[in-house]
Amino acid sequence: MALLRTEHLQKQFGNTRACDDVNFVVNQGEFLSLVGSNGAGKTTLVNLISAHLQPDSGQILFEGRDITRASVTERIKAGIARSFQIVNLFDGLSVFDNVALSVFSRDGKATRMAALAERDDAVAGEALEVLEQFGLADKRDTMAAGLAQGERKLLDVAVAYALRPKLLFLDEPTSGVSTRDKAQIMDTVSAVVRAGKVTAVVIEHDMDVVFRYSDRIVMMHEGAMLADGTPDEIRANKDVANILLGAPLSD
Amino acid sequence: MTAAAPSSLLRTLAPPAAIGLPVLALLIVLPQVIGVYQTQLLAYGLVMAVAALGFNLLLGYTGLLSFGHSAYFGLGAYTVAFLARDLGIHSMELYILIGLPVSALVSALLGYVCVRHTRIFFGILTLALSQVLWSLALKLFWVTGGTDGLRVPRPTLLAGTLNFAGSGGYPRFINSYYYYCLAVFVICVIVMWVIVHSPFGKALQAIRDNETRARFLGLRVRRFRWIAFLISGTVTALAGILWVPLNGLTTPEVLYWPFSGEIVFATILGGFRTFAGPLVGGIAFNYIKTYAVASTEYWQLLLGVVLVVMVMTLPSGIVGAVSTLAAKLRRKREA
Ligand SMILES: Nc1ncnc2c1ncn2[C@@H]1O[C@H](COP(=O)(O)OP(=O)(O)O)[C@@H](O)[C@H]1O
Ligand SMILES: [Mg+2]
Repeated sequence: MALLRTEHLQKQFGNTRACDDVNFVVNQGEFLSLVGSNGAGKTTLVNLISAHLQPDSGQILFEGRDITRASVTERIKAGIARSFQIVNLFDGLSVFDNVALSVFSRDGKATRMAALAERDDAVAGEALEVLEQFGLADKRDTMAAGLAQGERKLLDVAVAYALRPKLLFLDEPTSGVSTRDKAQIMDTVSAVVRAGKVTAVVIEHDMDVVFRYSDRIVMMHEGAMLADGTPDEIRANKDVANILLGAPLSD
Repeated sequence: MTAAAPSSLLRTLAPPAAIGLPVLALLIVLPQVIGVYQTQLLAYGLVMAVAALGFNLLLGYTGLLSFGHSAYFGLGAYTVAFLARDLGIHSMELYILIGLPVSALVSALLGYVCVRHTRIFFGILTLALSQVLWSLALKLFWVTGGTDGLRVPRPTLLAGTLNFAGSGGYPRFINSYYYYCLAVFVICVIVMWVIVHSPFGKALQAIRDNETRARFLGLRVRRFRWIAFLISGTVTALAGILWVPLNGLTTPEVLYWPFSGEIVFATILGGFRTFAGPLVGGIAFNYIKTYAVASTEYWQLLLGVVLVVMVMTLPSGIVGAVSTLAAKLRRKREA
């Protein structure tokens, strides 16, 4: 069953059609990669689904419910979480606090002011568990600003994952790190996401990575959906090959 | 997971207590040594520290620079003056019990307007609103006494148990009132410490660091800012409430923008990135200002120069500089 479905989603910036009649489907439990050259409209699509942007027209259905007009907070409550293309952390807070805050927010405890945050054992336990899954437990007291780039990318994912979403969007979780870190980040992320049975949509440029980890791949081009299939189907797709050859993908 | 289990309450409280308790002991003992004038000066310093503490919930923890916190200080001060003149109330506890909800209400109203904006727009709005209160205090002189201000006689303390009427009341009042201010100061420090270490306080810091990401954790950013504003204004108003009996008089000057500037100055002087910064800054600023005023008529210029030098040499304030130094020494000793 489709967890998420967009219908004729449209978004234009001036003369640029960033999303052009996009019918995008995410199925329950899959690890889906969203690919396409820079400017293809991938981030815009995620922005529309997460309510960071409003579509010009079209619908977004989540678990069969129309959420096109739902606010950011409502969509997060419904179970849609996301990370950003550029690392977005709370640099003045510890690694632990970065993740704990997601748990507090999800549990509706973020407005509590008469108790110390670190004294909430249930939240602390869950935050530590997430940090451990992402291999960041021994950095728990480090300020987020003090992490290495690869760790920052992982923490960025962990913050979104700690919301325990049903559907998780990761916008280029491996951009800006070395090839070795890339593999390590994707290993960790895919393992955690699969273990947690979270449906994930990952925007990724490295096609080796994409073919290795994805259940399904969707390719966008100039705002439109160009191809949709399993890694093998995508590998055999002529249009995809042309774009990959014609416009070399880079970060 | 047990290895990294949440630290015990003791571990949480030990570091702040290790610094806080000796300082508190010093503040308790000092008046026995320094005489009435210096005790009064220190009491003013504590009041300024409370004002800066309230202010810094917005600047340091929420990332909003208010340039109109004189409004809340003055609000507390004038509320007490009205209670004394119009209702004949002379109990300090009643001043606080009535003054706090009044201040909270006004802070909530003005804050509701201000938190619709951030950065410079927020600063200008807070400034503009404080100027409105200031001009009201000047123009409605039949209510506020205009530039003459309003006198406030020495209140009774502890539900009337302590009375300071008559001759010789002044030194007794200062001695008792200092401890009163100290008690309120300590309560404010504890309450504020808990707030900034609570989930709410962490959420404020998250909003300060990255508003967009905070929104995508499901935090209602504007509401958090609003509540922070409310608390901030109310605590600074409490400082104003404490200040009036000490000063015996309130004038529109405490509503005027230069006083907002003094609150900003004191906070930056101490260091807005640390919890203790505004506390140290408030007390230090009060001394600097008192001696600057006494030594030169160009004291505002002198303060300005001090601030410029401070920002250039110690951008993290007194507390920031001291803790950096302490960390360096510790590392050297460990090496
Ligand atoms: N906020 C915006 N304002 C104007 N143009 C935008 C905005 N966001 C994206 N675009 C444009 O929309 C197109 C798609 O961008 P984007 O979704 O970021 O692509 P991708 O993530 O696939 O690289 C690009 O041409 C980009 O310049
Ligand atoms: Mg993008």
